[in-house]
Amino acid sequence: MSGPSRAAVGGERREPTLRPQPAGIPVPSPSRLSQPYWDGCLAGELRFQRCDVCGTIPARPSPICPHCHGRSLSWERSGGTGALYSWTVVWRPQHPSFRIPYAPAIIELDEGWFLMSAMVGCEPEDLDAGLRVGVEFHPAGEAIALPYFHREPEV
Amino acid sequence: MAHPFRDVAIVGVHNTVQARHLPDHDSQSIALEGALGALADAGVSPGDVDAVVGQFSADDVLTFGLGPASRRFLSLGIPGLLDAAALIATGQADVVLMSAGGAGIYTDRAATAPWTRPAHEFVVGYGLFTAAEFALIARRHMLTFGTTPEQLATVAATIRNNGHVNPQAVYFGRGPFTPDDILASRMIADPYHLLDCAMTAEGGCGLVLARADRAASLRQQPVWILGGGSDSFGPSYQIAPRWDLRGSSADGIPNGYVGRRAARQAFAASGLGPADVDVAELYDPFSFEIIRQLEAYGFCAEGEGGPFVADGHIGPGGSIPVTTDGGLMSFSHAGLSAQLLQRIIRGVEQLRGNCATRQVPGAEVAICSNGGAGALFTDVLLLGRERP
Repeated sequence: MSGPSRAAVGGERREPTLRPQPAGIPVPSPSRLSQPYWDGCLAGELRFQRCDVCGTIPARPSPICPHCHGRSLSWERSGGTGALYSWTVVWRPQHPSFRIPYAPAIIELDEGWFLMSAMVGCEPEDLDAGLRVGVEFHPAGEAIALPYFHREPEV
Repeated sequence: MAHPFRDVAIVGVHNTVQARHLPDHDSQSIALEGALGALADAGVSPGDVDAVVGQFSADDVLTFGLGPASRRFLSLGIPGLLDAAALIATGQADVVLMSAGGAGIYTDRAATAPWTRPAHEFVVGYGLFTAAEFALIARRHMLTFGTTPEQLATVAATIRNNGHVNPQAVYFGRGPFTPDDILASRMIADPYHLLDCAMTAEGGCGLVLARADRAASLRQQPVWILGGGSDSFGPSYQIAPRWDLRGSSADGIPNGYVGRRAARQAFAASGLGPADVDVAELYDPFSFEIIRQLEAYGFCAEGEGGPFVADGHIGPGGSIPVTTDGGLMSFSHAGLSAQLLQRIIRGVEQLRGNCATRQVPGAEVAICSNGGAGALFTDVLLLGRERP
């Protein structure tokens, strides 16, 4: 079921089983509200919105705070590190353009917000609750880069 | 105060033939067969209908020459039924027709079904589809409570065996299944194996409601709406489907237990509790969703859903038999809205007491549901034999 081990095979380090998707997958269409997020991805930084009044971080780019309903939210740069909250390993791709297996994952960022992403640079059996992770960006089409997450080196 | 739906009766239900493929139909034509079948079951002429609710409601107004008539085209499944009941209860209609159908819409078999893969900007690049979204929910329960793949497989085997004996199910005769059979099927989105997931099929169905005084002269014993509710945490398949997603409501219910508020509303309206329910026609897009709903609605405590299903409570003869026609896993899943309405239809059939297979003897109260935590919504309905 799981891929080859991370161990060197025949003296060569094999590619990890979980990798960024190749070109040709369906790509996001940014909206007016989300454009700063996608601009950040292209610039290599993960951005999120926070309410200027109460500090709430909405679940997606929003014109209004879902907690205090204030209309003033600002974009901030995330440190890009967090913990693995939930994941799955997909063996039946939703579209043939996706290479299997792939591992959609919910990341809890250290600033206290959650992002839908995918794990790369490791094996399916490496995935565990609370695993420390960090962001990396990969191009996914014309003017779009997708954030993925890798295991952070153990301290 | 009288029950708000005291004068609303469900008087007709029908499922068309359900199959993997219905080459002579499209969604609208099979939905029309569902509508006609439900009207015939009720003994109601199409010309008596003065409101239409659901997928092809505006088309039905024209097709049957009903105008001017009421219609609710964005209300599907259980919320649709509650809207239909409200039209009668508030004097806007006497006879309401609901129908649904799906055929000819899943053609690219290299991809998963079109209704499983909405293309929103925050999920589209990660290859998400319904099985993966719902797996992210199930994983959290497994991490928190130690729920096992074997317990999930027990749910799938139970429901698939209900379909195995049902001659009207698409997967009639495909079993019987043991939990090991489920676990031996190929992995789709861990922890979901192929047989933990809903099927894809084609088919239609219909349902007719009437004011109680009209119901007395119709063909069928009426079935009554005891209560209902609809819970949402936001748009489906657009953001991370998180168990712990919460709104600002004071009760603090997380998305993992979406449907709990709806169930509480339904029980409050009926004056009943989980112990009064005889049969549960629960929506079964994925095996874990049954465990989740049993906890959310109060049939067992939080975290005990896995052992509860493993102890045989949900099978034939159990304390709360679940999804007795085979559900989305084995009866049918036509993809648009038919499978939503079909949970209600099976609940009605159980309370009429004439199911050819898996009839729960003497069933008086049924709970029905739609939705799931992976999609951030769940709707709940309580039906009864006794007029409220």
